[in-house]
Amino acid sequence: MNDPKIKSFDTFSFNSKSKKEANICIAKYPKGKQASAVMPLLDIAQRQHNGWLPRVAMDYVADFLKMPRMAVYEVASFYTMYNLSPVGQNHVQVCTNLPCWLRGSDRVVNAIEKNLKIKMGETTEDNLFTLTEVECLGACVNAPMIQINDAYYEDLDETSVDILLTEIASGGAPKVGSQIGRRSCEPINGLTTLFDSSKD
Amino acid sequence: MLNDQDRIFTNIYGFNDALLHGAKKRGDWEGTKRILTKGRDWIVDTIKGSGLRGRGGAGFSTGMKWSFMPKVSDGRPHYLVVNADEGEPGTCKDREIMRHEPHKLIEGCLLAAFAMGAHVAYIYVRGEFFREIEVLQNAIDEAYAEGLIGKNSCGSDYQFDCYIHKGMGAYICGEETALIESLEGKKGQPRLKPPFPANAGLYGCPTTVNNVESIAVAPTILKRGSEWFSSFGRANNTGTKLFNVSGHVNQPCTVEEEMSIPLKDLIEKHAGGVKGGWDNLLAVIPGGASVPCLPKSLCDTVLMDFDSLKENQSGLGTAAVMVMDKSTDIVAAIARLSAFYKHESCGQCTPCREGTGWLSRMMIRMVAGNASVKEIDLLDQVTRQIEGHTICALGDAAAWPVQGLIRHFRSELEERIAQAKSKAA
Repeated sequence: MNDPKIKSFDTFSFNSKSKKEANICIAKYPKGKQASAVMPLLDIAQRQHNGWLPRVAMDYVADFLKMPRMAVYEVASFYTMYNLSPVGQNHVQVCTNLPCWLRGSDRVVNAIEKNLKIKMGETTEDNLFTLTEVECLGACVNAPMIQINDAYYEDLDETSVDILLTEIASGGAPKVGSQIGRRSCEPINGLTTLFDSSKD
Repeated sequence: MLNDQDRIFTNIYGFNDALLHGAKKRGDWEGTKRILTKGRDWIVDTIKGSGLRGRGGAGFSTGMKWSFMPKVSDGRPHYLVVNADEGEPGTCKDREIMRHEPHKLIEGCLLAAFAMGAHVAYIYVRGEFFREIEVLQNAIDEAYAEGLIGKNSCGSDYQFDCYIHKGMGAYICGEETALIESLEGKKGQPRLKPPFPANAGLYGCPTTVNNVESIAVAPTILKRGSEWFSSFGRANNTGTKLFNVSGHVNQPCTVEEEMSIPLKDLIEKHAGGVKGGWDNLLAVIPGGASVPCLPKSLCDTVLMDFDSLKENQSGLGTAAVMVMDKSTDIVAAIARLSAFYKHESCGQCTPCREGTGWLSRMMIRMVAGNASVKEIDLLDQVTRQIEGHTICALGDAAAWPVQGLIRHFRSELEERIAQAKSKAA
C-alpha cells in the first residue's frame, strides 16, 4: 500500500452512480449489518477508480459503512480481485491451473508475453495491458482460458490468443466465450445428450 | 445411459432462452405453490427420501442437512446461503446452471428456504463470474416482477427474498464457514465447529449452506418424486449428476449423467475418449483438485460415485474429472496443485499455512528429481501432519493429491531422483 512508485491520491468519493449502487448493496443486508456490504462497495470503488484501490478509497468505504479502517484494509488485502496498485486498461488474467495447463496454458502464456512484450505481473508502457497469473477461473472444460476485465475468452491456443490481443489493442471488441465456435460447454464434435435441445 | 427425458438440466448448454419465458417451457415454476402447500416436513422428507447427497464435494445428505434447522424460530431469522463460489480446479458446473438454468436455482432457493423457515437467501457467487451474475440477477428480477418470489411468493403468502453476494477471489470462501465470514464482511477464514451453522451461522443465526447444484435439482425432485430420482445410480449414490470432463480428452464437456456411471463410459461416450485412445491414459483426478489421482488400472473399472471412488482411495468431490494422458508429467501436474493450495491457504492454521508451502517447495524439487529417495517418505509424512490438523478441509485437500501421487507413482519419483543423480555424477 505504501509503494513509493504509486502515485498517491488525496481524495476519493463515490460519484452519484457509485453511490446509488452502494445503497442498493447495503439494502440487501439486515439493519446494523451494513459491514456485509464492504466487499461489493470496495468493488464499486475499484471500478470507479480505473480498476484499483488507493488507500483513500478504502478509507472512504470504511467511513461510508462506519467500519474501522483496519477491518477494510484486511478485506482489501485478503481477496485477490482487489488491486492495490494500478492496472492497465485491460487486465489480462491467465489461468495456469491444472486443467488449463494440461491443454496448453504454457503456450498461451508465451504467446501473450510475446504479443504484449511484457512478462507476467507487468504492465505495458502504454498502460493498455496488465498481465497476471491467476488460479482456476471455473471454466475448465473450455481450457485454456483467460479473463480480460469482466469477460472470459475460452478454448484458446497460441494463435487465437494472439489475434484476440491484437484486436483489443486496436480498439476492437472480440467475441467473448469460446474461440472455436462452441456455444458453451457442449462437446465440440456434436451433442451426446439433449439432442432436441437446439430445436425447442 | 440416462435418457434425455430424465435429465434435469435440459438447457445446460444454453441453446435456448435461459430466462423466464424459456424456463417456464422447461417446467420451471410449475406447481411450485402446490409444493409449498404440502408443507415443510413433506419437502424435507422427499429430499431425504431421494437420497440426494450434497453436490459441493462433501456428499452429506441434503435432506438431513435441511432437517437440522430449528423447527421453530426462537426469534432469530433463519438463512439459506447458496455456495456459488465455484473454484475447485476442474469444476465448472454451477457456472452453467447460473447462466443457462437460473430459474431452477431460484425456484430451488424458494423451496429450500421455505423448508427451513428462512425468508432470505444469499447466493454467494464468485466475482469472476461477472456475466453469470448478470443473468442470475436478471432472472431474480423477473421472479420478483412475476410474484414468484417476494412478499407473497407464488401466491403462497410466504415472504421470500433472494440476493446475490459477489465474492472477490478467494478459494477458501467455498468452505461454508469461511463463506459466512465473508458474507459478514470479513476475511474468509473458516470458523471452528461446533457451533454448526444450523445453530449459529450467518449473523449468529441458524443457517444452511448448500451448493448450487444441490439446490437447483430440488424442484425437479419435488415435482417428479423421490423415487424417480433415486431410481438412478446405486443405493446410497442416487440421482443424476453434472460431470465436468477436462484435460486430455478429445472433446472436453459438461454432461448430466446417471450417478455411478463407469468412469470409462463417461470419458468415451461423452468426452470423445482419451487423446490417443484409452490405452494412452496415464491417470485421472476424478473429483476436482482435492482428491487423489487414480492410475489407469483403477480407471478401467471404477464407478463415478461416492462409494466406488472412496473404495479406491479417492473421492467424487465435485465430479470434476481431469484426464491425463501418457504425455503428462504427473509430478509437475501434482506440483501445480500444491502451488495452488499454497496460494489459497487462508493462513489461519499453522499446519496448513506452513505445510502447504513445504509441500509446494518439496514438490518443485521432486519435479526436477532434486531430492533423495528418503525425502519421498518425508513428503508423505508432512502431508499427514497437515491432514486432520486444521480447522477446515483445505489442509486435507492439499495433502491428498500428494498422497495419491506417492501411492500410485512412487516409482516415477524414484526414477527421477536417480536420473538427476546420474546426471550430476
